[in-house]
Amino acid sequence: MMPENAPVQSTSGTALTVFEKIWNAHHVRRLDDGRDLVFVDRHVLQETTSAQAFERLARAGRAVRHPELTVATQDHVVSTAPGRNEHSNPAGRELLSLMRANAHAHRIRHFGVDDPRQGIVHVIAPELGLALPGCLLVCGDSHTSTVGGLGALGIGVGTSEVEHVLATQTLALNRPRTMRITFEGHCGAGVTAKDLILRTAGTFGIAAAQGCAIEYAGSAIRALPVEARLTLCNMSIEIGARLGLVAPDDRTFAYVQDREMAPSGAAFAQAMAEWRQLRSDPDAVFERDVAIDCSLVAPQVTWGTSPQDVAGVDERVPDPAGFSDAKRRDLAAAAIAYMGLEPGMPLAGIPIDIAFIGSCTNARLSDLEAAATVARGRRVAPGVRALVVPGSTPVRLAAEAKGLHHIFHDAGFEWRDAGCSMCVSINEDIVPPGARCIATSNRNFENRQGPRSRTHLASPAMVAAAAVTGCVTDIRRMT
Amino acid sequence: MTPFTELEGVMAVMPVANINTDAIIPSPWLRFANADLGKGLFGSQRYTEDGRERPDFILNQPPFRSAKILLADENFGCGSSREAAVWALEQFGIRCVLAPSFGDIFYENAFRNGVLAGRIDAATFERLREAVRRHPDRPVVRVDLAARSVTAPDRTSYVLHVPAARAEALLRGEDEIAATLALEAEIAAYYAAVQVARPWLYPAAASRGDTV
Repeated sequence: MMPENAPVQSTSGTALTVFEKIWNAHHVRRLDDGRDLVFVDRHVLQETTSAQAFERLARAGRAVRHPELTVATQDHVVSTAPGRNEHSNPAGRELLSLMRANAHAHRIRHFGVDDPRQGIVHVIAPELGLALPGCLLVCGDSHTSTVGGLGALGIGVGTSEVEHVLATQTLALNRPRTMRITFEGHCGAGVTAKDLILRTAGTFGIAAAQGCAIEYAGSAIRALPVEARLTLCNMSIEIGARLGLVAPDDRTFAYVQDREMAPSGAAFAQAMAEWRQLRSDPDAVFERDVAIDCSLVAPQVTWGTSPQDVAGVDERVPDPAGFSDAKRRDLAAAAIAYMGLEPGMPLAGIPIDIAFIGSCTNARLSDLEAAATVARGRRVAPGVRALVVPGSTPVRLAAEAKGLHHIFHDAGFEWRDAGCSMCVSINEDIVPPGARCIATSNRNFENRQGPRSRTHLASPAMVAAAAVTGCVTDIRRMT
Repeated sequence: MTPFTELEGVMAVMPVANINTDAIIPSPWLRFANADLGKGLFGSQRYTEDGRERPDFILNQPPFRSAKILLADENFGCGSSREAAVWALEQFGIRCVLAPSFGDIFYENAFRNGVLAGRIDAATFERLREAVRRHPDRPVVRVDLAARSVTAPDRTSYVLHVPAARAEALLRGEDEIAATLALEAEIAAYYAAVQVARPWLYPAAASRGDTV
């Protein structure tokens, strides 16, 4: 279902990738400078990247073009203390009240901390049925590609582009290049979508997909539940991509059906007929095409300060001298020093101070269930602070309905309210200087979780295992 | 947007790859709508934990305290979409970053704020770095956008890679939103057509119990 003026162009003649099909369907026109003007079906706002956009919009005397296609939430600076409200984190009040006021002034639906639908943008967009297969969704946040797990184009942008979308409901972008990463082979025990994407960063590097739209394909991807696909697509930016997606299938359609804002009845049937076309043609050519053999992937844990600094939990901190590239060698040496580790030391056994289960990467119900399976009947190790922060209020409520909060409480984990929390250290949840945190989030950058914080990224089960043992632990050895 | 044409000034060198936007503007400066971002630029590296300047950090050293140009290695500005990374550079006084490659979102953000993100070859990176090292008394570089050139302190010029359309928009200081709004009729026609073609997608279904 393509508008007449859409370009039918591809690197492989008439065969199209799923990304090209969706892009073309959103193509308004080719701009004189070679960029494409694409229509934005859904625009999601959060408090830290929208305030200045509204301010500049007002200064220019411009209106929000399509408030009915726009939704706002509060997630980054909110307090996650149980029972919190908009004023609980004093340092967050200004941005939270601006988000609320701007949404109100422009008649934009707003899911604030007092709303049962509140949560991290990338968790609530799929959960609400706001993100749909084949739609183009924009948010002022780099992890917007999360919704690619539904077969949507999720494009993360800066505040100027947020302003542009508010004013025009379009985005002017160079069409990303196409890239496919094929995952074949069976995942071994304890290997999750998080491990697959960390391994991808480790294998190809954090700039591997610069300027690209990634399609994650292969039998191992087809076998992933939708929430795992959201995790996978979430970290596309960590390998440099503009976006990443998985072609939608029956699992996707079952996930979307009956969501609050998803089409229903005849509209759903019509949507599904179109969604079934959303797959790459067999002879479509990708500008870059690489593969990962899942059978060789162990549960992963990062040792450095970039998502590409990662290894199997049964491996060791590398010796920088082993890197043939001089720049990589220097970066690795600096990372190991920052992390307070030694080359050659085993990853398993590194003692941790904090275990953080949360973030847009790994705080959906299935993530919390995986962590609870490990936590059940065990205790958080002495001296360790362990936090579980559901990705959204609906996730929290669903988990509580299943009794997961009791499992975590009994094991000595904190059970908190939904928000970005300790992933981004822009709220009250901060790793103290020099402390070592194993986290289910997405970035292990220097100072990311707080000044001099040290971060090890891993899957929810791995983080729960570390919480109860007090050190990085191979989940496959937890019986 | 303030046009960018030519720029001559002190160039600071941070010869590191993958400088991410968390490093360029750390999260403590993102908690408030009107934080002093110029002061926050590279805050984690620039200050001690009690807020004193670290003398070993380049932007704390004369003459680089007044740097107008930054030279960095590949993948500059990767990571978070925070546009405050560009605002911080600009408010500090840096209106041009030269690097072999940039993170995609940073690259877009830079041009929309009149900051030039100029790509240079890996070899040029090394030569510029070396040229500045040899002229510690006058580490001044000249960037000419129209000519797509960078001139080192030793007067050698190198090629600056900036896509033509981006360079023109920067030279003119173009208001991108105004340019798109000029296409409003076309956008409206598109929306009218796709509302018929994809009625299941538009508008986003109202959520239950909503009060706007």
